Amino acid sequence: MLKVNNVDVYYGAIHALKGLSLDVELGNIVTLIGANGAGKTTTLKTISGLLRPKNGNIIFKGKDLVKIPPEKIVGLGISQVPEGRRVFSTMSVLENLEMGAYLRTDKKEKQSDLENIFTRFPRLKERRKQLAGTLSGGEQQMLAIGRALMARPELLLMDEPSMGLAPLLVKEIFAIIKDINEKGTTILLVEQNAHMALSIADKAYVLETGKIVLEGSAQELMHSEAVKKAYLGG
Amino acid sequence: MLEFMQQLINGLSLGAIYALIALGYTMVYGIIKLINFAHGEIMMVGAYVGFFSISVFGSHIIVAMLFAMIACAILGVIIEKIAYRPLRGATRIAALITAIGVSLFLQYTTVFFLSPQQRIFPQTAFQTKDYLIAGLSISNKDVFIFVSALILMAILQFIIRKTRTGKAMRAVSLDRDAAVLMGISVDRTISITFAIGSSLAAAAGIMVGIYYSTINPLMGILPGLKAFVAAVLGGIGIVPGAMVGGFLIGILETLVSGYGNSLYRDAVVFGVLILILLVKPTGIFGKNTGEKV
Ligand SMILES: Nc1ncnc2c1ncn2[C@@H]1O[C@H](COP(=O)(O)OP(=O)(O)O)[C@@H](O)[C@H]1O
Ligand SMILES: [Mg+2]
Repeated sequence: MLKVNNVDVYYGAIHALKGLSLDVELGNIVTLIGANGAGKTTTLKTISGLLRPKNGNIIFKGKDLVKIPPEKIVGLGISQVPEGRRVFSTMSVLENLEMGAYLRTDKKEKQSDLENIFTRFPRLKERRKQLAGTLSGGEQQMLAIGRALMARPELLLMDEPSMGLAPLLVKEIFAIIKDINEKGTTILLVEQNAHMALSIADKAYVLETGKIVLEGSAQELMHSEAVKKAYLGG
Repeated sequence: MLEFMQQLINGLSLGAIYALIALGYTMVYGIIKLINFAHGEIMMVGAYVGFFSISVFGSHIIVAMLFAMIACAILGVIIEKIAYRPLRGATRIAALITAIGVSLFLQYTTVFFLSPQQRIFPQTAFQTKDYLIAGLSISNKDVFIFVSALILMAILQFIIRKTRTGKAMRAVSLDRDAAVLMGISVDRTISITFAIGSSLAAAAGIMVGIYYSTINPLMGILPGLKAFVAAVLGGIGIVPGAMVGGFLIGILETLVSGYGNSLYRDAVVFGVLILILLVKPTGIFGKNTGEKV
């Protein structure tokens, strides 16, 4: 479904992604794990067009995303839950969700998607008139997920959705991710929480300083000595 | 007391004018963090467009206003495209200097083609009448300015709060990257912001013409600066702040001329700017959170 081929991304002189390639198959949860600063966020931003690679291409449904303006990419079926949530703080919860469906014109379907999101996240329904900036961290994360779902993505990019959340909430978020995937959305999940990510993923990549150093099924990586040592705390 | 009420009423129409201009400053700042110092000149161009549409085509004042608003909306979009867009990634100071350049360009292009001479704003378009109500003298021009400014501000609020475009404008000014991820075109949204801000300035230009009865190519400088002070007073980037700031500055100015010495009215307004910058740089409505991370 998505193929990233030999992508090089720079921040000025900093070479952040070095010939990175990865593959996301339809229906899978693919996870990209790695330490802080490895280039995970850079990878997702490059896929969604916020950053442009110097070399390489990114093929999604036969189109090269590198040649498409960033605001058009969500319309192709890719939406993102950005790192740090990035909800629109002085807009209401409902308005944030509406922004997720900004390009959609199918009024009825949008309404039913909104109701599905409210069923999934009843807290958001209770707080739909509240400003997003007044929500707790966990609620904001749910809002960011809901907002991305409002685009009806075929591929959902998630950047550290568990960051800064209490353990109980982390569990809940991962259960939600699994459920979204079971309902038919392909997911590329970036995580520092390697253990949780590997436990729900089909396939995994390990990123180190802008390079993929390991890849395989999530099962394989979970039991790989190198991964255990570096990312699973022994 | 009556005297005070009278000054307050006089201040309301001037304040409405400042508020309309301040809105353009604040909206543009909110979305691209640029103080568009050419904004006062857009107001001036609006006054001239109004002047000619009345004196040449005999337009009704409302028609002249709409005409000026459309012309300035286009002018604002063109200025942004040509002068500011290429500097999007540049330092703020580069954009600021460019804005001052655009401002001088508009002033002296107008001087060149239309002469530096001041012109009498056509009285045919607006017959001034004064009414005495409960001991207060109220002019129909003050009422016209105040009411049309309120209508424009209500329309603006509606656009920003309720329409898809307005929500996109808010989203881009809150978090540009997140807005792009929603599918919002940043370029288009910035253009729309310039169009709306400039059209409000054009309406204000017509009002300045009615208020002072004369227009000239440098008429944008002082009201432009005062409206900028108003925007900072309300909290730059905050739309309701610009409205409140505009009215406060307008009323302050008339109170100073009414009770004190009208020679000091400009000095007092700029004194306010210095005071805000010292005491609360984020303005009345701004949160003291420092820079956004
Ligand atoms: N805006 C930026 N400017 C310069 N360097 C950056 C910027 N963003 C990230 N980097 C650098 O790029 C590398 C990868 O960062 P990032 O993709 O954010 O890593 P991760 O998400 O895996 O923590 C890091 O070395 C980081 O310092
Ligand atoms: Mg990151």
